[in-house]
This record gives sequence, structure tokens and C-alpha cells, in this order.
Amino acid sequence: MRKALVTGSSRGIGKAIALELASRGHALAIHYAASKDAAEAVAEEARAKGSPQAVVIGADLGTPQAAAGLVSEANAALGGLDILVNNAGITRDTLLIRMKDEDWDAVIQTNLSAIFHATREAVKIMMRAKWGRIVNISSVVGILGNPGQANYVAAKAGLIGFTKSVAKEYATRGITVNAVAPGFIESDMTAKLPESVVAEYLKQIPVGRLGKPEEVAKAVAFLVSDDAAYINGQTLCVDGGMTPH
Amino acid sequence: MDILESVKEVIVEKLGVEAEKITPEARFIEDLGADSLDTVELIMGLEDKFGLEISDEEAEKIRTVQDAISFIQSKQ
Repeated sequence: MRKALVTGSSRGIGKAIALELASRGHALAIHYAASKDAAEAVAEEARAKGSPQAVVIGADLGTPQAAAGLVSEANAALGGLDILVNNAGITRDTLLIRMKDEDWDAVIQTNLSAIFHATREAVKIMMRAKWGRIVNISSVVGILGNPGQANYVAAKAGLIGFTKSVAKEYATRGITVNAVAPGFIESDMTAKLPESVVAEYLKQIPVGRLGKPEEVAKAVAFLVSDDAAYINGQTLCVDGGMTPH
Repeated sequence: MDILESVKEVIVEKLGVEAEKITPEARFIEDLGADSLDTVELIMGLEDKFGLEISDEEAEKIRTVQDAISFIQSKQ
């Protein structure tokens, strides 16, 4: 049993990650930004799936330093912290020439700076235990680029570099840091897309379908396990073959 | 508590060395086998233990057990 914090786990990929870790017997801190009821429901489901403890913590990661507070709160509530999954993220999509400073700043704050703050706090805790697993949820667009998402892609690409550096710094302390880059995954976001757009996406995906949140969650669950002790600083694309590298 | 004893406690915890090896002249890196990350942990441990802040420039100068003791004395 390990103690894990998954940010942004009231829905979507984060929820799937939390439930996958729950089914593997880990204690959980479920973080939400706005949807407390949804987070409570995830905690309930996590307990039903075998999590010995599931607590719910709210935090607005758009506020500088909130992420560090979230990590300390999770550490206090669970009595330790072995696993951090930085999953929470936002989008403010628009073409570069129409992108407002606020669109840029908000996405960089939540999708990149909050991960720095959360990870710095978590590493201090994990160093003492000489064991830790950090997984940062990036995106294939962080590797490929995507029109209309300069802010989001900059943050997701930044995460990959951040992952590599921190991985090298704390490897001797039993802490691994990896990134998972999902491709097009079934979610609230993709459910709203017109069929023609989805058809365009599908042409780029060799597997020929969108991914499921659970398929991302399995990759994360592996990376945070003891079995992945020798995998460090990697970015694992879970994208149906879009970005082999 | 005696500063030397408190400093020793932090060193034993962070570096995992035997207390007997920790003499005032002992150098963290050369004699006590600390790597760069160990020295950062050590400084953070001293900060926690004595409730003070040690800047990077100050930390740079703390190379021996006596350096640490003198620094802490100068702050108290």
C-alpha cells in the first residue's frame, strides 16, 4: 500500500488514474478545483475498489503556491506521500495572434508552475522516505505541436523537460519522475467535438480509435509501481501509435 | 541542548554515519562521504532543527562540522 495524490481527479483521466490506483490498494488524496461532489463520489468509488483511505482536497491551482499547500495537506491527511500524479490541467485554446496575456498566464500557471510547486514539496517528503514516484501528465501535442494551443503545448512540452531534469536530480534517492503523454482520449472535451473533427483525428491514429482514460491510468499505475524502478525521466506516449519515438 | 549534539543528530540522520566519526574537524564531503544532494539535505535539516534560514552563499561555506556549529552560534 502506498499513499498517492492525484491532482484533478474528480473526473476524466485523473479520475481513471485515482480509481486504478485504488484498485491496486493505494491510499488516495483526490484533488478537485471546483467539483467537490464529483470528487466525493470518486472517493466513495475508490474505497469500494479497495482503497484503504480516500480523502478529498480542494485547491485552486491557478493560485501560485496553492499546489504546495495541496501536497502538504495530502501528506498530513494520509500520513505520508509516496506517489504524486500531476494531472490537473486547463485549456484556453485560441490562435496565437488572438491569445490574451491572461490566456497564456493561466495555462502556464496551472499546467506548469503548479507542477513545479507540487513537485518541489513532494520531493522534500519523498527524499526522507528514500522512495517516491512522480508522474506528470503531459500530452502528445507537447511533442507534436497543435494549432490553437500555443500556451497549452508550451506547458506540456515544458513538463517533459522538467521531468527529465528532476528525474536526474533525485534518482539516487529512490525517486523516479516520468511523464505520460496521452493522445486523443475519450473525455468531456472530445465528446463535444463534431463527428467530422473526430474523423480527422482518427486518420492520425494508427490504432483507429480514441483512447480510453483507463488506458492512460494503466500506464500511470505501472510507472508508480516498484516494477518501474529502473524507468526514470521517460515520456510514455499512450496514443494509439501517433508518435513513435 | 548542546549545539554539537544537535548538529550530530542531524548529520547521523541525513548522512547515516556513526556518531563517533563526527568530529568538529570532519569535512562533510571528504570525511563523511556526503554527495551534493546530501549536503543540501543536511543544510535543510539544520534549518529545520535550529529554526533558521541558510542562504546558498552561506551554505557554500559550511564544509566541516565546526563550520556548521560556528554558523549556528553566530545566528543565536
